[in-house]
Amino acid sequence: MTSASMAGSGRIRLRWATRRRPGTFLVLLIATVLVMMPFLWMLSIAFKPEAEVFTDVPQILPADPTFENFATAWTSGNVGRAMINSTIVAGVAVLVNCTFAVLAGYAFAKLPFRGGTLVFLLMISTAMVPVAVTLIPLFLMTKGFPLVGGNDLLGQGGTGLLDSLGAVVLPHLIAPLNIFLARQYFLGLDDDLGEAARIDGANELTTFWRIYVPLARPLVAVVAIFSFTAVWDDFLWPLVVTSSLEAETVQLALSKFLTGGNVMYGPAMAGAVLVVLPVVAVFIFNQRSFIAGLSEGGVKG
Amino acid sequence: MLFVAPAAGYIGIFHLFPVLYGLYLSLTTYSPLDRGGPELVGFDNYAGLLNDADFHASVRVTVQFVAEVLPFAVAFALGLALLANRSTRGIGLFRAGLFLPRIVPLAAVSLVWLWLYSPDGWFNHVLGQVGLEPRTWLLDEGSALHAVAGMRIWKALGGNMVLFLAGLQAIPRALYEAATMDGANAWQRFRYVTLPGLRPVTTYVVILNIVYLAQSFAEIFILTGGGPLRSTTTTNFLIYEEAFQNNRFGTASAMAFVLFALIFVFSFMVLRRMGRNP
Repeated sequence: MTSASMAGSGRIRLRWATRRRPGTFLVLLIATVLVMMPFLWMLSIAFKPEAEVFTDVPQILPADPTFENFATAWTSGNVGRAMINSTIVAGVAVLVNCTFAVLAGYAFAKLPFRGGTLVFLLMISTAMVPVAVTLIPLFLMTKGFPLVGGNDLLGQGGTGLLDSLGAVVLPHLIAPLNIFLARQYFLGLDDDLGEAARIDGANELTTFWRIYVPLARPLVAVVAIFSFTAVWDDFLWPLVVTSSLEAETVQLALSKFLTGGNVMYGPAMAGAVLVVLPVVAVFIFNQRSFIAGLSEGGVKG
Repeated sequence: MLFVAPAAGYIGIFHLFPVLYGLYLSLTTYSPLDRGGPELVGFDNYAGLLNDADFHASVRVTVQFVAEVLPFAVAFALGLALLANRSTRGIGLFRAGLFLPRIVPLAAVSLVWLWLYSPDGWFNHVLGQVGLEPRTWLLDEGSALHAVAGMRIWKALGGNMVLFLAGLQAIPRALYEAATMDGANAWQRFRYVTLPGLRPVTTYVVILNIVYLAQSFAEIFILTGGGPLRSTTTTNFLIYEEAFQNNRFGTASAMAFVLFALIFVFSFMVLRRMGRNP
């Protein structure tokens, strides 16, 4: 809606606006440059040879640009392995959320059942619980996960899912927020569509799959983005449940650049660029979904 | 109901049950290194927190941190939203650029800020340019928390701005037109139309920020490690240390529930004060 009305205002209005509002333009320009500054330095240092990182006067443009930092970060910094790990975990989280969170949200919106509101509220309320509260119990549950990592049926004897990608994904499989967003979305879709399909003899699953899912692509995009970033950005949980390089995630790999007190800024920034890049790319191609998802909770919730 | 079952089962087991389990652990003494399970000790852990200097300090640090970030993160974001709500050349790029810090991972950008704040980093360079002495931003007990707060303001601005933008666009145009016809000037339109219209969004933004900021962890871990002299040890950081470095799951759980209660009470107070119609 926003972009449509903006596009509609046309060129004449735009030129008028810039002429009449040089102040607005200037303040926005300065604010944006300031806000972008850390990103510019991140890029700059990522391409600098070690000798150039700390000079008397920091130069934004590397004098002798190099890709060496990226190679160092990828191999000895374990960022390569970590990117693969985080991608796998995020992929699983996206798939499960897009299936089961969307399905649940749909049911809450379109197939009301007795006690449904209570179940819904109970599920959503868990979104407000601080991470610290469930951190320790989830850690123990991960350690006591039955029949894996040397555990018996009762979860005794071994280390369960600890130090595996399964542990990393465990709290991210279905996010309450995504169920909330799905319910909001489907509440906005017409009931008649489903009714028509049911009269034609479609069962509930077919109605959902054939009628509503095709209409819910923007929702699925938002849920996918949220599920992806939740896993990709997570720091505390992987820090607690993983220990080996084999199970390391991206944020953990980055944090390892500062062990020992002497930070290798070149490789660290190169690693940060690699880790930030996918998120920025997803954002650039799905700006509207990102912002829609964020504002949905704000204005309607 | 069958459609809800997988999600309900999962959330029941991995989101709801851990809260009860945690509550139980907070009433026990338990180290994962010990043989045998948790031992019930009643409310001893909570009573212990009453005299726990480290815990008190961490709560003070957390409250100060939230209090430092919140006003700026909200006021600047509102200002930016008011500007970004106008049409000017390149507005899409400005909005995207200002929003960018919101979506990048906290741990990754903390590394960048570590350099910005380092003795030979960008901030000291800027100070040098205007003829001021360099500072040891993160290494000084007196400034470390402010420095971390500065980073969080930067991180929070864009997300808050976008929420305010959505709020601004939800205010009916007719209200502005009516106010103009009644002879209201720009300031009066802002004061009597925009601000009241933004009240629900502002309430949401403030609560959201409190909930996020009070759980500060990754940036503390990377920028300061809780120091110097524990001056940046937030409650969330202390809980992590208590549980996974000192192996005291019982007290750590009790701390977590006190933090939960504090966040809840603060959010509720905001809701009561701001949520009401004027």
